Amino acid sequence: MRTTTKKARASLAVLLALFLAIGVAACGSSDDESTEAGGQGGGAIASNPENGKTRLTIGSKNFPEEEILGEVYAQALEAAGYKVKTDLSLGSETIALQTLKQGEISGYPEYTATALESFFGLEPEEVPSDAQGAYEKAKAEFEKEGLTAFPPAPYSSANAVGTLKKTADELELETISDLNGSSEELSLYGSPECRQRIDCLAGLEKLYGLKFKSFHPVDIGLRYTVLEKGQADLSILFTSDPQLSAEKDKFVVLEDDKHVFPPGNPIFITDQSVAEEAGPDYEKTIVEVQKGLTLPVIQELNARVELEKESAKQVAGEYLKEAGYTG
Amino acid sequence: MIPTLLTHLPLGSIGGALEFIFQSQPSSVTGGKEVGGPAQTIELALTQLEVTVLAVALSMAIALPIGLYLGHRGVGEALAVALGNAGRAVPELALIAFMAAVIGVGLFNVTIALSILGIPPILTNAFVGIRQVDRASVDAARGIGMTEAEILFKVEVPLAIPTLMAGIRGATIAIVATATIAPLAGVLTLGDYILNRNVYGEDGVLAGAIVVALLALALELALAGLQRLLTSRGLRLRPA
Repeated sequence: MRTTTKKARASLAVLLALFLAIGVAACGSSDDESTEAGGQGGGAIASNPENGKTRLTIGSKNFPEEEILGEVYAQALEAAGYKVKTDLSLGSETIALQTLKQGEISGYPEYTATALESFFGLEPEEVPSDAQGAYEKAKAEFEKEGLTAFPPAPYSSANAVGTLKKTADELELETISDLNGSSEELSLYGSPECRQRIDCLAGLEKLYGLKFKSFHPVDIGLRYTVLEKGQADLSILFTSDPQLSAEKDKFVVLEDDKHVFPPGNPIFITDQSVAEEAGPDYEKTIVEVQKGLTLPVIQELNARVELEKESAKQVAGEYLKEAGYTG
Repeated sequence: MIPTLLTHLPLGSIGGALEFIFQSQPSSVTGGKEVGGPAQTIELALTQLEVTVLAVALSMAIALPIGLYLGHRGVGEALAVALGNAGRAVPELALIAFMAAVIGVGLFNVTIALSILGIPPILTNAFVGIRQVDRASVDAARGIGMTEAEILFKVEVPLAIPTLMAGIRGATIAIVATATIAPLAGVLTLGDYILNRNVYGEDGVLAGAIVVALLALALELALAGLQRLLTSRGLRLRPA
C-alpha cells in the first residue's frame, strides 16, 4: 500500500513537471516577461526583501480545491518575500466576498462563472465560454467595486451530471440530452442550492426540458457516496473531482451539450489598494504559480487531499516543490 | 396588506426577512423563478416540525425506558451520566455523513441522527428525576403493597414529571434547532433558507432563522402547557 502510493507519487511528480513545462511553454509566446521567471531550471520564486513590509492574508472558500489554491498562492507569496497569513475555509462565495470587502482578507481564489453569476447576476448562457472573455468581463465588474481580478488559471471547473459507468452503459447515456425519456425514472442528487439554481437543476429542467423522478439535496461531500451506495442514479459532480481520473472505470460525466453548466477558471480576486501597496510581485507570483494548474494536475492535487487525506497545506507545498517554484 | 405594512415599519434587516416570509421574491440565480413567500415557508416549517416530532418521539422511546428503569432500580448512575455526556459531544453533521454511507440519506437518516441529540437530556433527566423522589414516599408505597410497576408509574413518575419534562423540553429545542442541517441529508427543512444564501439572499437566511426561533418557541410553550397538565396538583407552583 505504502509503496504503491510512493510509486504513484513519483510518477505523478514527473507528470506534474511535464504539465508545468507544457504550461510554461504555452504561455511563453504570449507573455515574455514571466517566461524568464518560469523557465526551465529558473522556475524558483525569488524572494524580494522589498516585499517584507507587506502583510497579506489569503482566504479561500470552504472546499478542498479552494483550500489547495489558497495554500498554493499563500506559500508562493511567502516565497516571494511577503509576510503571509491564511484564513481558509471561509464559507460560500458570498461570505468570502464579504470578508474581502471588509478588508479581513487581502484576496481569495474565485471562479469566473461563479463570480459572473452569483455576484453580477448573469444567466449561465450569458457567461462567455472562453476563459479570457469571462475573465475580462468579471474583472471589469470587480473593478466597479474597488476590487480587481488577476488572470485566470489554466484549468476550468464546472458542475457536471455524473453517474455510474454501469448506468450510463445500460441506458446508453453520453450527453445530458440522452436523458430524455429516461430521466423520469431516475433520481438526481445535488447540493441543496442546486435545486433552485438555473445553472443546476432549474436549468436542467428548463433548458433541457428534463423531469427527474426526484431531486434529493445532499451535502456536496456525499456526491460520490450516494452514487456508490446506489441511492442516486445521477449526481451533480465537479469536473475537477479526483474520482473522475482515479476511478475512470466507475464514474462518468455526461456531456453538457446545451451548456447549462458554465465553465469557470480560478481567478484570484483582491482589493485594488492592496494590490497597489503590495507591488508588482503580488500579481506576478500568483499568475506564475498557477501556470501548472491544468485539469489533470488539480485532479491529482484534489486526490491527495480528498482521497489520500493529506492536508491542503502539505499538498500545496508538494506542488510548488515538484513544479520547481520553491527549493 | 400585512407585507406592505411590515415593509413600512423601521425594522432594518428584519423587515426584509419578514417580507421574504410573506411574499415570494426574485433571485439572481434561479433564472426568473421566485423564491420564498408563505407557501414555501410553511412547507419547509412543516417538514421541520415533522422531523422534530419524529426525532423527539424516537429519543423518548429509547431514553425514557432506560432512564426510568435505571432510576427506579437506583443503579447505573455512572452509565446514565456517561451516556448522557458522551451523547452531547456527537457531531451531528459527521453522524449524518457517516450514516449516509450506511443507510443512505433521507428522513430515516435525519430522524436517527437528531434523536441521538435528544437521548442524553431525556435519559439523564429521567434518571435524576426518579432518583430524587423522596425515599419515604417510595417506602410508603411499598409498605401499602404496591407492585414495583405501580411504584414507578403511580408514585415516582408523577413526582418526577417536572424533571422529566425539563429533559424532553431541552431535547426538543436542541432537535428543532439542529433540524436546520437536514437539507444536507435529503430533507428540506427551514435550513434550506439558511444554508443557501446564494439562492435566498441575506433576507432568506434571516427569515429561516426567525421562523426556526418561532417554531422553537411554539414547541416550548406547547410542552410547558403539557407539563402543567401532567403535573400533579400538589406539585404545581401556585401563582403568588
